[in-house]
Amino acid sequence: MAQDLNWLSIADARDALHRGEVTSVELTEACLAEIEGAGALNAFVHHTPEIARAAAEAADARLRAGGDVPAMCGIPVGIKDLFCTKGVPSQAASRILSGFRPEYESTVSQQMADAGAVMLGKLNMDEFAMGSSNETSVYGPAVNPWRRQGSETPLTPGGSSGGSAAAVAAGLCLGATGTDTGGSIRQPAAFTGTVGIKPTYGRCSRWGIVAFASSLDQAGPMARSVRDCAIMLGAMAGHDPKDSTSADLPVPDFEALLSGDIRGKRIGIPREYRMEGMPEAIEKLWSDGADMLRGAGAEIVDISLPHTKYALPAYYVIAPAEASSNLARYDGVRYGHRAKLAAGDGITEMYEKTRAEGFGAEVQRRVMIGTYVLSAGFYDAYYNRARKVRTLIKRDFEEAFAAGIDAILTPATPSAAFGLGEMTDSDPVEMYLNDVFTVPANLAGLPAVALPTGLDARGLPLGMHLIGRPWEEGDLLNVAGVLESAAGFVSKPAKWW
Amino acid sequence: MSRIDTETARRVASLSRIAVPDAQLPALAGELSDILTFMEQLNEVDVDGVEPMTSVTPMRLKRRTDEVTDGGMQARVLSNAPDAREGFFAVPKVVE
Repeated sequence: MAQDLNWLSIADARDALHRGEVTSVELTEACLAEIEGAGALNAFVHHTPEIARAAAEAADARLRAGGDVPAMCGIPVGIKDLFCTKGVPSQAASRILSGFRPEYESTVSQQMADAGAVMLGKLNMDEFAMGSSNETSVYGPAVNPWRRQGSETPLTPGGSSGGSAAAVAAGLCLGATGTDTGGSIRQPAAFTGTVGIKPTYGRCSRWGIVAFASSLDQAGPMARSVRDCAIMLGAMAGHDPKDSTSADLPVPDFEALLSGDIRGKRIGIPREYRMEGMPEAIEKLWSDGADMLRGAGAEIVDISLPHTKYALPAYYVIAPAEASSNLARYDGVRYGHRAKLAAGDGITEMYEKTRAEGFGAEVQRRVMIGTYVLSAGFYDAYYNRARKVRTLIKRDFEEAFAAGIDAILTPATPSAAFGLGEMTDSDPVEMYLNDVFTVPANLAGLPAVALPTGLDARGLPLGMHLIGRPWEEGDLLNVAGVLESAAGFVSKPAKWW
Repeated sequence: MSRIDTETARRVASLSRIAVPDAQLPALAGELSDILTFMEQLNEVDVDGVEPMTSVTPMRLKRRTDEVTDGGMQARVLSNAPDAREGFFAVPKVVE
């Protein structure tokens, strides 16, 4: 067990830890060494080796003592910079939170710590989780460990949880937390050949996670297998009185629900997801995925989700509206950056200069769009209309599920990972199209998982996407697990970093 | 097609409390207009009689007892302030 401990799955590492074949200190040191050598990926942006070593020793002591030790005990993980971690910089990749060290710990990261997971450090992301390429980060972009065959062009790991995806794909940690407001777990998972699930809205507490769009934000796990996501989700999920939208429902043993049997399940293929100009590789991946599920005994059913086309524009009204309100708190008074003021500047100049210096271009754009759609005279035309369309989008899914559909299969992204900088000159809307397959699940509050099922012609991973019934993450992960086994995706990026 | 002109862009920036130099207002107005044009697809949808969504999961917000649960941590509350003096957050003069 001496080699490549950092590449162990969470499931295998857990079993080895419980059998005493490996220690958490060994796993943690293996990951810390990998992180040390992976500066070129820019995935970890705040390193916490002392915290990690102390947590690993505590986990080993707990494992030695025996008894009922949680599955995540001793497992080294990365935490997205969006999660507040006590005494450790938590910046949401924004300049406006530079220097911020929270006096408290997010519920999700606390639950992970209570379960004995080992935090290795904080992971890169798009600023305030607004972006699909990690390029809006104040730390500079994380870099995808995957490259096109025969090319050294640096590619995006996707966004916003790009650091999490890059770290997991490069074997810097066994799993990582992500958050997903419009696809920020699933798109990066698809771009890096990893697995990520956005749970049902309310499954994980949002307390202590820097808010972007509160009615859409959900935390979830990112890892190298469906089983690992199931294990990690168990530690992250659960009711929290500190988040009034967190669901007071029991958390099932997600891993135990991975029966591998999907006979008789009805899998919907929504015709509206067949986009004009969809690359052939994605078309084929999709139909292959359907064939694999059919081969495992599922019934493939053509379905219609008629309002799909309006999900993206509705999202880009609702998310900025909520963001403009959530980000009003960054005013240079209580935490983070404050602009240097000129003689005679009053409090309004302080706010305006602080926010102009502290927020990057994309965040400023979304705050202003949100402000506009909420302003007097436009509230009904934009914001209320978008919320009505959201009702219709959710109704589409409800009708499909009522007709007996168990899960919906779609591509995860419209393309494989693109090059860093390739989208710089395109207009913002073009970047928003990355979320076209993932946004509807956020608007409807549904659980959805992305997993790798193939490679494109240039050797880059491509992902499929499954959307499930509310609160049935276990069932959804079971379908994903069957697809994972059938696809047999085992490729890893060749190490260049 | 609603276009955002330079004056509207200036007003939105001011409402957002973000300083935008005059020279950048035309470009900002153009970007915001493009995004709004994209959003205007929503006008194609018949939303007559549809309730705007307020909660994505059909649940009532929980109520808690209105009571003091925490406190007495002034130093921790102020620990991240860019400017704190004598136990308070300090800001530029607000009233003359």
